[in-house]
Amino acid sequence: MSEPVIKCQSVYKIFGANAERMLKEANGNVDAKTFQENGCIVGVNNASFEVSKGEMLVVMGLSGSGKSTLLRCISRLTDATGGKIFIEGQDLLNLNNKELIDLRRNKMGMVFQSFALLPHKTVLENIAFPLQIKGIKTEDSINKAMDMVKLVGLDGRENYFPRELSGGQQQRVGIARSLAVEPDIWFLDEPFSALDPLIRKEMQDEFLRLQEKLQKTIMFITHDFDEALKLADRIAIMKDGIIEQLDTPANIVLNPATEYVRKFTEEVPREKVLLIKDVMDEITSDNMGDIKVSKDEIIENVAEKILTQEKTVAVTDGKNNIVGSINPAKIINTVFGGRKNNH
Amino acid sequence: MELLKKYPKLFQWLFLLAVFFALCFAIDVPETYKFIRGQAEFVKDPNQSAFVFLGKEVRYYAFDVFWRLPPLLGWLPIWINDSLFFLMNDWMPMEFWNEDTQEYKTRPLVLQITRNLTAFMTFLIELIREILLGGLETIVAFTSWDWIDANPWAELPGLPWTIVAAGSAILAYKLGGKGLALYALLSMTYISIFGQWKPSMQTLSFILVAAPLSFIFGLGLGVAAYKSKRVEKALYPILLVMQTMPQYAVLVPALVLFGVGDHAAVIITMIVAVPPMILLTLLGLRAVPPEVIEAGRMSGCSNWQLMSKVLIPTARRDILIGVNQVIMVCFSMAVISAFIGAKGLGFNLLLALNQLNIGLALEAGLCISLIAILLDKMSLAWANKQVDYFGNLNFFQRNKNSLFFGVIVIIGILLAYFGSIYFKDGYNYLFEVPHNKGISTADFWNKGVDWIFDTFFVYIKAFNTWLIVDVLQPMRALYLRMPAVATLVLVVGAGYLIGGVRSALVVCGLTLFIALSPWWDRALVTTYMATFGVLVSCTIGFTVGTLCFQNKHSTNFMLNVCDIFQTFPSFVYLIPVMMLFGITDTSVLIAVIVYATIPATRYTIEGLRSVPAGLHDAATMSGVTKFQRLFKIEFPLAFPHMMLGLNQTIVFALFMVIIGAFIGTEDLGQYILKALSDKKGAGIGLTLGICVAFIGLIFDNLIRTWVGQRKKHLGID
Ligand SMILES: Nc1ncnc2c1ncn2[C@@H]1O[C@H](COP(=O)(O)OP(=O)(O)O)[C@@H](O)[C@H]1O
Ligand SMILES: [Mg+2]
Repeated sequence: MSEPVIKCQSVYKIFGANAERMLKEANGNVDAKTFQENGCIVGVNNASFEVSKGEMLVVMGLSGSGKSTLLRCISRLTDATGGKIFIEGQDLLNLNNKELIDLRRNKMGMVFQSFALLPHKTVLENIAFPLQIKGIKTEDSINKAMDMVKLVGLDGRENYFPRELSGGQQQRVGIARSLAVEPDIWFLDEPFSALDPLIRKEMQDEFLRLQEKLQKTIMFITHDFDEALKLADRIAIMKDGIIEQLDTPANIVLNPATEYVRKFTEEVPREKVLLIKDVMDEITSDNMGDIKVSKDEIIENVAEKILTQEKTVAVTDGKNNIVGSINPAKIINTVFGGRKNNH
Repeated sequence: MELLKKYPKLFQWLFLLAVFFALCFAIDVPETYKFIRGQAEFVKDPNQSAFVFLGKEVRYYAFDVFWRLPPLLGWLPIWINDSLFFLMNDWMPMEFWNEDTQEYKTRPLVLQITRNLTAFMTFLIELIREILLGGLETIVAFTSWDWIDANPWAELPGLPWTIVAAGSAILAYKLGGKGLALYALLSMTYISIFGQWKPSMQTLSFILVAAPLSFIFGLGLGVAAYKSKRVEKALYPILLVMQTMPQYAVLVPALVLFGVGDHAAVIITMIVAVPPMILLTLLGLRAVPPEVIEAGRMSGCSNWQLMSKVLIPTARRDILIGVNQVIMVCFSMAVISAFIGAKGLGFNLLLALNQLNIGLALEAGLCISLIAILLDKMSLAWANKQVDYFGNLNFFQRNKNSLFFGVIVIIGILLAYFGSIYFKDGYNYLFEVPHNKGISTADFWNKGVDWIFDTFFVYIKAFNTWLIVDVLQPMRALYLRMPAVATLVLVVGAGYLIGGVRSALVVCGLTLFIALSPWWDRALVTTYMATFGVLVSCTIGFTVGTLCFQNKHSTNFMLNVCDIFQTFPSFVYLIPVMMLFGITDTSVLIAVIVYATIPATRYTIEGLRSVPAGLHDAATMSGVTKFQRLFKIEFPLAFPHMMLGLNQTIVFALFMVIIGAFIGTEDLGQYILKALSDKKGAGIGLTLGICVAFIGLIFDNLIRTWVGQRKKHLGID
């Protein structure tokens, strides 16, 4: 496998006057309480993980759990107090100011919860902004920005001001702006949290469509577990600055690492999360019907098909080889009974 | 007892008042006390006491310390004065190369610096002035008189007024569209036709130097303060004092440092105009949402780009208010600095007022106001300008304004040329309408004033007498009757009740400074006039504001009116009142009232506007009447905002009271005005200015603290 695009090793972020000294004295064993007594707030506590190319890592956690702080460390909007961060193998914390600016101008894009558009610029100017900052000619940057306007479906509104747009439209501008420089790495900090549920769903679908097309390496932050499940390749669940668990959605639902994670997963409708391959059995010699299901299907989508069979159903991989089997009882068990089986 | 528990604050206030009055009655007026005998500078009277401090002798009439504190700070003005002179004349003499005499000369450092500074300012002003009006100084500065003699073609006249008028119209069109262009053209033409061209252009050249410089410095220092806490901490107290320091008071020390003339005026204007610009820049930058800053950073902005392309444009609204203030102050100063020899409309205005020629004063005042409004609107339009990226323009379209201007220049020159042939014997009206050779309405106005006087004399006089005898004099007597100790107790007590020990200490310090200066009595008179003005202004402002707020159109209309009135230089307000009431305290007070009503009205409206619309609807739904809504919901919520308006009202009132000294009052302002013509006036002027500033700051501190608490209480921020 190639090098990970983002790699964090024991990243700490601690706010406060003598954060660095306290961290050194703590010897890698940071306890939020003792720090707080000394006037320090722990934002991120010992975060280690990797994100590989084209992967979408969703960071999930309640408000104040340190998600934004983690993201701001990785984009170096704030300097991590301890640990190492590598972006495509480059040591982020060792970059000088110029290198950092270059990195941001070419490799990184970021979307913000409150949109963070420039109020004095039109939609088009906002989107062209990172390009113009890079020093691209006005005409070229405006043309490129116009392409982005079309990409996010805002054609006809390019001369509006942010204040004349709805929240969803404003966030489209934010997305277009972050994509204008064609970054490899895309950071999104609760991009849809400020939107109405209906618009949010629409934007999520739109976002998936874009990602299908663009295949960026993404860190997506949300406090909404459903959103995380819908979008993520892998999910990191944070609490008090600590990453409690980092795994695929299915594994998180099936094997919560801690009590805290389990509480989250309790209410989750499994059939919407789990794939056939997560629950399938070995190939059996049972009499299997004609119906076959792909191992990458979400259970919900094929449940009806399987349940009407009353027989064990063959599970196939992408090349139509049979790789396993699943019987209706298992489906019923997963959907209705599974919740109590874990512990 | 139960009442006491229910309203503890109320009883504390009542107790404070009781103590205050008890002190007032307990301390009798000393028999020797006569108003304005606090300080004796020139007369040597055996009844005087004296002390020596830092080698300065202070003489004064001593009273019971409870009645009036001795002027223990009396040495301060003299000391400031001596220090200034020492700085200017004796401190750090150094060798400097002198261009004219081609030799080294010994000069004190400060003198050299200020002289260079003023030379630079003079150059800038002259440059613009000579473009507008013609002249040789600038060209000579680069070449020499000999060169001019050899090249007579360089003796260009200034631009004909037609070109300037049309040029400003084109600029206005480019910035703000047809309406503004029309306004520019009309006002410029008016100025020319009515023979005010030369002084107007002199004033304009002064403004065109002072305003941009103030803007740049204010913005720069504001940015510096935003970036560094230390800079901010160092600047803040100075800014606070400068905000409430009357402009007159800065004139005097600047006179010593920079001499007389337009250049000194520019520097003084900067001293006055930069502080509000800094404050507003800082305020605006602080209010930029952190995510917008991060978005800028993530777009790859360098520090410089972040400041110039993200922070400053996002903070545009507040910065624009700053620009507006700068322009306002510049025009105000354009008049006031006529006292120290600045040329232009201000000088004419003062002269006319002095001769009681109301008509002439009115004309000059109108021209200043016209230019002020024009520049204000142009700067606004400039900041809000949009770029069109899609117009596929060819060379001609892109440069049509410049081309058009070129054509205008040619036409203007041709016109002027024909004019010189046509008006062979007299003045070339197509080049410049000479001062007082244009149409003058002065006679008309003067006749009008006379007519008003003849017709309404009885009523005006009756009103005047009534106001002075029945209202003002008793009020003034009451203020002067306060023993110093009682005043101190009242003010410090109020500070304690409002803001605790900290506030009490601050207020105590400020009051003590005034009480220990030689001008306590004068300060009382200033305060009495300001109080009267503020009371009336607030009543009018709050009423008018509330009434106008009932309807959206009248709200906007009123805000616009406030905008325009605010642009008028403060001196202009003296013209109509002198027209009606002549040289009396009434005139000053009415000017104070008119001037101070502006912020009172504006803040009332803005306060009411700041009440969330949701609450409005909720209240309407729960079936309250309009009156109930106003008194139960809107006023309480708008109150913090309205109190900030009160704050501004007080500052405005104080300024106008001090300016009113020009008409003749017996307060601090009169002494400041006196200091202007006193060779040793610098220290006195500055100290007096600080006294006035402190009066403002006492109220400022109390109101701000109170508003802060109130906001916390209401949960708004
Ligand atoms: N600049 C800061 N100074 C001090 N504490 C901060 C700062 N930024 C964030 N924090 C603290 O760090 C913790 C994590 O914040 P944040 O990362 O914004 O949470 P989230 O984005 O998950 O809601 C919170 O307790 C917050 O109060
Ligand atoms: Mg956050």
